[in-house]
Amino acid sequence: MSSNRQSASASPWRAPIVFAILAALFVLEGTVRNGMFSGSWNTSLAILNMGLISAITALGVNMQWGYAGLFNVGVVGFLALGGLAPVLVSLPPVQGAWSAGGPRLILSLLVGLGTLALARIVYARTRRGLLVALVLIAGFVAYRWLFDPAVSAIEANNAASAGNIGGLGLPVLLSWAVGGAFAAAAAWAIGKVALGLRSDYLAIATLGIAEIIVAVLRNEDWLARGVKNITSIPRPVPYEIDLQQNPAFVDFATRWGFSAAEASGIWVKLCYMSLFLVVLLTIVLLAELALKSPWGRMMRAIRDNETAAEAMGKDVTARHLQVFILGSAVIGVAGAMMITLDGLMAPTSYNPLRYTFLIWVMVIVGGSGNNWGAILGAVLIWFLWIKAEVWGPNLIGLLVGPLPDGDVKAHLLGSAPHMRFIAMGAVLLLVLRFAPRGLVPEK
Amino acid sequence: MDILNALVAFLNFVFIPAAAYGAQLALGALGVTLIYGILRFSNFAHGDTMAFGTAITIIATWGLQSLGVSLGPLPTALLALPIGIAGTALLVLATDRVVYRFYRVQKAAPIIFVMASVGVMFVMNGLTRLLIGVDEQRFDDGARFLIAVRDFREWTGLAEGLALRSTQALTVIVTVIVCAALFWFLNRTKGGKAMRAYSDNEDLALLSGIDPEKVVRMTWIIAAALMTIAGVLYGLDKSFRPFNYFQILLPIFAAAIVGGLGNPIGAIAGGFLVAFSEVAVTYPWVKIAGYLAPGWEPGGLLQLLGTEYKFAVSFVILIVVLLFRPTGLFRGKSV
Repeated sequence: MSSNRQSASASPWRAPIVFAILAALFVLEGTVRNGMFSGSWNTSLAILNMGLISAITALGVNMQWGYAGLFNVGVVGFLALGGLAPVLVSLPPVQGAWSAGGPRLILSLLVGLGTLALARIVYARTRRGLLVALVLIAGFVAYRWLFDPAVSAIEANNAASAGNIGGLGLPVLLSWAVGGAFAAAAAWAIGKVALGLRSDYLAIATLGIAEIIVAVLRNEDWLARGVKNITSIPRPVPYEIDLQQNPAFVDFATRWGFSAAEASGIWVKLCYMSLFLVVLLTIVLLAELALKSPWGRMMRAIRDNETAAEAMGKDVTARHLQVFILGSAVIGVAGAMMITLDGLMAPTSYNPLRYTFLIWVMVIVGGSGNNWGAILGAVLIWFLWIKAEVWGPNLIGLLVGPLPDGDVKAHLLGSAPHMRFIAMGAVLLLVLRFAPRGLVPEK
Repeated sequence: MDILNALVAFLNFVFIPAAAYGAQLALGALGVTLIYGILRFSNFAHGDTMAFGTAITIIATWGLQSLGVSLGPLPTALLALPIGIAGTALLVLATDRVVYRFYRVQKAAPIIFVMASVGVMFVMNGLTRLLIGVDEQRFDDGARFLIAVRDFREWTGLAEGLALRSTQALTVIVTVIVCAALFWFLNRTKGGKAMRAYSDNEDLALLSGIDPEKVVRMTWIIAAALMTIAGVLYGLDKSFRPFNYFQILLPIFAAAIVGGLGNPIGAIAGGFLVAFSEVAVTYPWVKIAGYLAPGWEPGGLLQLLGTEYKFAVSFVILIVVLLFRPTGLFRGKSV
């Protein structure tokens, strides 16, 4: 690690300049209409909103990597787990689902967790593998005996439009915090096992837990309807259709020279943007305060030289666990926000390349260890990722233009979307090699 | 009680598929473990490099098929395998030269290597998509079955049928040959001894005049061969889809860690352990139970876990090993 953190400080103007370039890109996207930009504020703000969510995710990853040097390859899992929160918290309760099997289901989950806890206690007391195995087998049988009928009952309840356990009907904003708590709990379990061992083991364990979380969301219909998706998750902001029917809003829009349809879209996105900005700035503020406190100095000391920090009496594994949980909680919050923004829970969309590795590119490009760098990197890379969808084919079209029509040309044109992956990998490798401190280096 | 039918059902649904899958995992885990032993990092690009090697082999197979070349009962892909290995070896050597060598000279932390391998994974993934697209491809030709269900029933008169697909038999045979060749190389040849010496103690190996770059090159070439063979066998057995090769990364890592990272025998044992547990846990045992205990009607399928959760099995194995024996069953490295 230490070999990659040069002590030379970068120009203090670097961050503001990158910020200005970024702002200019979004303004161009909103105003200019040509082959490169769409000229629609709706598109521009949509990219920005998703960019802000990516920025919060990147902040979480940056806490783990930048503060502690922990490599989390399961970002997609923590995002997905956070995304479960709006479904379970803010959806209205499903009629009859709870009475069909709710208490039994909760009991079965408690039995499952209790079995694991009991097995741990038995092992700590007796150190007898056979006894632990007996406890686990008995617990598993009890769990399945409780769980299976409850699940079939819930899934049979109005299977066409529901079939899930339903939510609590609470405000959706509350679910953002719950999403963080979900992800933190998963991070605790993983960190407890994999931290304190070789550094690669955490990476491999997080890779595994992410695949399992996504598989659970995909297959457990009682939880969030699996691949049947959950739509119409409640919104914290007004609906476009209500705005368009509100005469005061239409007046307001025409005074600014927008049509009601366009203005309502922009207004909703601005509302989301303000919410996201509040969350983002709160997290940055807390993170910066933490980083400048004795705790932050300790974290950096551990990161730069674990052996020395341990010799000074710091509990390295416990601190790693702490920061791993905190970072994952932030990722969970971002996951809940993303589902709220989309209004849709579609487990099939959780693709590790998009949600884990792209976030990593953002953090590395932005400047690991620097919160503002992570934010900048996230919004910039997200913008490029989205625009590459348009620019890539245009560029390839330009390049293969002189070629004669035929199979080769068609193949090259058709493969343009795949170039995004190569480009992102190349960006990651180049930054890692030639500018390991990123766009905005750590101070 | 009908032991024969139960045994046939067990062979057909558990043993044969698990043996073939275990052989594929073992080859993959051998590659991971070799790279770990010599280069000292977990290669996250492994799955996608396997996919790349398979993609080249498939394209070469198509080429051969269009020329009318075939191996009779064996799949043409075997003939195309050397081309796939050569292409993959060139690619990984180029990546080593462009990406990893810089960090090796710098003596960067292992986690930086892992991160670089993630970048390589992205590029490989894109290259594979570019070459062959994201759709499913089937490229097995030749005889489909060594033993077909109906023939088996006629020969034995049992109610339960047994099918042995030629790809399954081929997988196991090829794996045995490859493993034998690899161990012969590691134990008997000068290059193999240099590799083991370098893996055991880098400084001492350097002092005895072993060229580290040569050892690294050899490692990559062998790993490329292992990756391509594993990928092609997996593709022949299950059909080729690039995303599956990313997902197989977890069982492969689990196998390598269970056996002890850096330990080739451990990797093979780990591969079979993971495969057999995965198949045994996700197989519905109700049929076999029906033969063994007629008259007993279990309420369900006697399936411990749905097949969708097969990755959970490798994950749990991984966790148990990390909890109780982090260096693996066969004592690998614990750098």
